[in-house]
Amino acid sequence: MKKLMLGNEAIARGVYEAGATVATAYPGTPSTEITENIAKYDEIYSEWAPNEKVALEVAIGASIGGARAATAMKHVGLNVAADPLFTASYTGVNGGLVIFVADDPGMHSSQNEQDTRIIARGAKVPVIEPSDSQECKDFTKEAFRISEEFDTPVIVRLSTRVSHSQGIVELEDRENYVLKPYVKNPAKYVMMPAMARRRHISVEERMAKLREFAEKSLLNRIEWGNKKIGVITSGVAYQYAREAFGDVSYLKLGIVYPLPENLIKEFASQVETLYIIEELEPFIENQCRKMGLKVTGKDKLPVIGEYSAGLIKEKLLGETPEKLNDIQDEAPARPPVLCAGCPHRATFYVLKKLKLTVSGDIGCYTLGALAPLESVDTTICMGASVGVAHGLEKARGKEQSKKTVAVIGESTFIHSGITGLIDMVYNNCSGTVIILDNSITAMTGHQHNPTTGYNIKGEPVKKVDLAKLCQAIGVERVKVCDPFDLKKFEQIVKEEVAADELSVIIAQRSCALLKHVRFGPVLTINQDKCIKCRMCMRLGCPAIVDRGDHVEINSTQCAGCDLCPRVCRFNAIEKAGGRDE
Amino acid sequence: MNNTSILIVGVGGQGTLLASRILGDVALNSGLDVKVSEVHGMSQRGGSVVTYVKVGEKVYSPIIEKNEADIILCFEKLEALRWIDYAKKDAKIIINDQRIDPMPVITGKVKYPENIIEKIKANYKNVIVVPALEIAKKCGNIKAVNVVMIGVMARHSVFEKDIWVKAIEKTVKPQFLEVNLKAFEEGYNQAGI
Repeated sequence: MKKLMLGNEAIARGVYEAGATVATAYPGTPSTEITENIAKYDEIYSEWAPNEKVALEVAIGASIGGARAATAMKHVGLNVAADPLFTASYTGVNGGLVIFVADDPGMHSSQNEQDTRIIARGAKVPVIEPSDSQECKDFTKEAFRISEEFDTPVIVRLSTRVSHSQGIVELEDRENYVLKPYVKNPAKYVMMPAMARRRHISVEERMAKLREFAEKSLLNRIEWGNKKIGVITSGVAYQYAREAFGDVSYLKLGIVYPLPENLIKEFASQVETLYIIEELEPFIENQCRKMGLKVTGKDKLPVIGEYSAGLIKEKLLGETPEKLNDIQDEAPARPPVLCAGCPHRATFYVLKKLKLTVSGDIGCYTLGALAPLESVDTTICMGASVGVAHGLEKARGKEQSKKTVAVIGESTFIHSGITGLIDMVYNNCSGTVIILDNSITAMTGHQHNPTTGYNIKGEPVKKVDLAKLCQAIGVERVKVCDPFDLKKFEQIVKEEVAADELSVIIAQRSCALLKHVRFGPVLTINQDKCIKCRMCMRLGCPAIVDRGDHVEINSTQCAGCDLCPRVCRFNAIEKAGGRDE
Repeated sequence: MNNTSILIVGVGGQGTLLASRILGDVALNSGLDVKVSEVHGMSQRGGSVVTYVKVGEKVYSPIIEKNEADIILCFEKLEALRWIDYAKKDAKIIINDQRIDPMPVITGKVKYPENIIEKIKANYKNVIVVPALEIAKKCGNIKAVNVVMIGVMARHSVFEKDIWVKAIEKTVKPQFLEVNLKAFEEGYNQAGI
């Protein structure tokens, strides 16, 4: 049977067909749909873990326990999981262990553009790279086999365009994988110096065997065409190269670490001009140069951003598209915005009004940095808002704390904000942390997390009580407030920022896009009452539009959340008759 | 290259993803190779969104580049202008005559460009303008704009009407099927085509 599948969906299918029984992940664009789709197979236990480190540790445990196990994350998630990764490389596996990591060249939804292959090389873990949905499924199954044959975790590296492109996939049956026996083996699984020294030798032996394997693996293939040009490439860059060059010769690498040096030399010896085409870092290229090959690559192609067939044509063949019009330049940008009805809008409105320094975090609320809310001062990585606020105080003194808050979503707080808050308690910080609790992991497309009370399958489970958690670690001032209650919320923020002790404010209000959230009728501006003070414009709501001579509410965009009437001092914003009035 | 390249552009939240799913299903049932490239995550939050659909004997790159699109399905006027460089000179450009102000316009920093459709018509000859929001409202749900647009495109495609209907039945949630089928029909029967 053939099906049109996202790369991520095809990965999930591959995990299923490989007979895996445990999958665990923390959501992160562009990797999220892997685990969402795995969760649809009842044969596989799946879960959202609090963060990528825990997810990988659970997968390692499942592998040691004899199951085929999978974990998925975005590129920056692998940084969080790097600690277990580097040592799981030493212990090796029992059941196959595959780690799916989705890079984001072009940073469609990320804070940096790092290249997973560099980390994998550091950890001495092999990397497999599919270039379309069919390969996503096929390579996943091969990855599990390689993991077991060579006693190693395997990384399958994806990119946004592979993860989020749909292609045709031929489905097959699920393998009947039998759980391997668990045998206590401290020499393999207890990594203290004496054992680890011996395991490091095994790692080096394994890498040598993998280098030999890469020479003959079917994942690396030569497609001979015109031999004037030869292209060594992998992943989605292969697709771009095929489109840009057409009938030339290709060495398409499915295993990008370790590289098949003899195959590369053989290919290079038969072509006149050799190009290396890979997104981000010159990973394959540097190795080729080290081997003494004359290649063209990053001397002409960028290490920044996504590639495309057009970019390759322009940089390597000197072909630029003809300009067919001169009107496109007039289009103003359309940056992403907080949705109409978003709870974060109220929070940032208050923070801006109070002119606070805001250390921000990763989630929808990062958009609070953009106009007109322009509230957020810093965004580094998951959980960093807390540590950054603490650091600001330690550098600039208690006075800084009286004009600073950290803002962090509830899921991000669970992910890696808790330890930062413990640091604040332990080291006597008087700062203020606002947990934006919108009852869901929103930005990645509504996943449950330990505070929502539901698991990945939507089944009710125990939930972490954020207020009790903060109290338990020693925060004495914990306040809970709905940010839409603007006056009260502003009052609480003022008090807590001014307090000499550490405080946590839980700003509690559900994401406007959640199904159970129901708003009233859409709003409209009574032009007779409106004095055009434009107070409502400060909310940065996509439904409130400045027409120059007046301000109006776009009824198609308005969610009816009822926030804007609360900032209007002239009662000019009223409920309209109905949704489609 | 005999691939057909279709660009679907709009504003996050307008349902471009669903439109591309329907289109992908139609292409799959035609027995041809197909790739659909989408954008998820941050840029979806009310930002400019684009989906690439490529159909043909063999599709390599999932993305469409400047001067390559045979059809551009524009869910919003400004987005039509933003992506117009991707159209071939003789491309079919189907534009929903709807205006959604981006934040820089809302805050008064820049003006929403005037006469977008006239400007596009002056440069490209196959431009079809559709009051998709009005039609969707008439059908009973403003969210059906995407399927109205699919209906207009279906009329101009080589695929039979019932293949489209089947794809909609397969893709749309049962509770919204009736209104979407009505929206498709209205789009398909648009006057002046």
